[in-house]
Amino acid sequence: MTDRPTTLLAELTHRCPLHCPYCSNPLALARRESELATEEWERVLTEARALGVLQLGLSGGEPLVRRDLEEIVAHAHGLGLYSTLVTSALGLTEARVLALRDAGLEHIQISFQDAQAGPAERIAGTKSWDAKLRAAAWARASGMAFTVNVVLHRQNLDHLEEIIALAARLGADRLELANTQYYGWALENRDALLPTREQLARAEAIVDRAARAHRGTMRILYVLPDYFSEFPKPCQGGWGRVYLVVAPDGKVMPCHAASQITSLAFDDVRARSLEWIWNESAAFTAFRGEGWMRAPCATCERRTQDYGGCRCQAFAITGDARRTDPVCSLSPDRALVDAAIARAAAPPPAFRYREMPARAT
Amino acid sequence: MSLAPGARPRLPRSARVQFDDVRRRPVLLYPEGAVFLNETGAAILALCDGRRTVADIAAELGARYQTDVLADVTAYLEQLAERELVDHDG
Repeated sequence: MTDRPTTLLAELTHRCPLHCPYCSNPLALARRESELATEEWERVLTEARALGVLQLGLSGGEPLVRRDLEEIVAHAHGLGLYSTLVTSALGLTEARVLALRDAGLEHIQISFQDAQAGPAERIAGTKSWDAKLRAAAWARASGMAFTVNVVLHRQNLDHLEEIIALAARLGADRLELANTQYYGWALENRDALLPTREQLARAEAIVDRAARAHRGTMRILYVLPDYFSEFPKPCQGGWGRVYLVVAPDGKVMPCHAASQITSLAFDDVRARSLEWIWNESAAFTAFRGEGWMRAPCATCERRTQDYGGCRCQAFAITGDARRTDPVCSLSPDRALVDAAIARAAAPPPAFRYREMPARAT
Repeated sequence: MSLAPGARPRLPRSARVQFDDVRRRPVLLYPEGAVFLNETGAAILALCDGRRTVADIAAELGARYQTDVLADVTAYLEQLAERELVDHDG
């Protein structure tokens, strides 16, 4: 029998005031006109709960641009879902923090781009620092669980101690330090973002120390830089095993990066039930289990731990989603990853900032 | 990490237990995570209110199950405390 999903990431919109060059959204961003309506999101959440989902991530783009966010949160709360808002905090007001809490939001996660205004706003591509500091204070005071989230890369890793101190000063319950994963916009900007091994070695020592120092007050989560690992990450706990993403336009995917796998077609919640998509659709069954695996994964003793690694990464780097994740030391394609790491010694090129496509005429 | 019989465990503010009527079992929910519980685990967590001590909880459950459960209750709460899913004074 197919496993039941526990987590749904609802990408409510691709609209966003920030322009971060590592954005996890696809290069082809969905326009506002294609976004699901309030009732459609409510139906998706109801179907998700019936399928087994317990954790809801409300993300984007910037989910606050949806004026129906409180309504969606209230619907999720009524279903018993544990809701997290993943936000830049731009446009947040104290009244809205309280309205979201009162609607049933349980956890708010605010992104910071660096430890100080100047570098942070350079990465975000827009003025954002003061608004984030204000929002963090409201989030902290609201009583909801509060996480500070920072994407790490070559241009902020050397500020890690200051970043950790910032999160502690803001009163975060959790600090998520996520090394950049190279899909979509981040892959476009890989030469500007990929750190050196020396930077990462220093960072890991700092994280180890800080995790002990803040134990009991701020939980520090560190997302490993998989390019520098011996074995791949168990992507989303295995393809179509516990996790699903609904994109702003209703497309359902096993991972937020999956839309870049152009050899797959993704079904739409407007045309199909979530249950059918999870259990039957070509995209969700493509890499479920082990039947799709080839050498070296097919006989590898680690295949039940890492599921062959990330399909999106295999496709992004080799053009074939069935190949072993090229970050794996056993992959015949590992040289492609090592070549990218070698380039990180050179001066970084300018960012290609995330932009919405020009309006169609 | 060891948990003394006099410690008073409680769930963190950000965690809660609910019954998952899809899987028909209790589950501990916390930011971006879920731990499915068995009946005994749910019974232990239901008593973790920050007032009862580990010894109180073990005594209540021991009376219910007619056996000494202090070691089991302590071990169960220690592994959750290790993952910061249970807080405690003392």
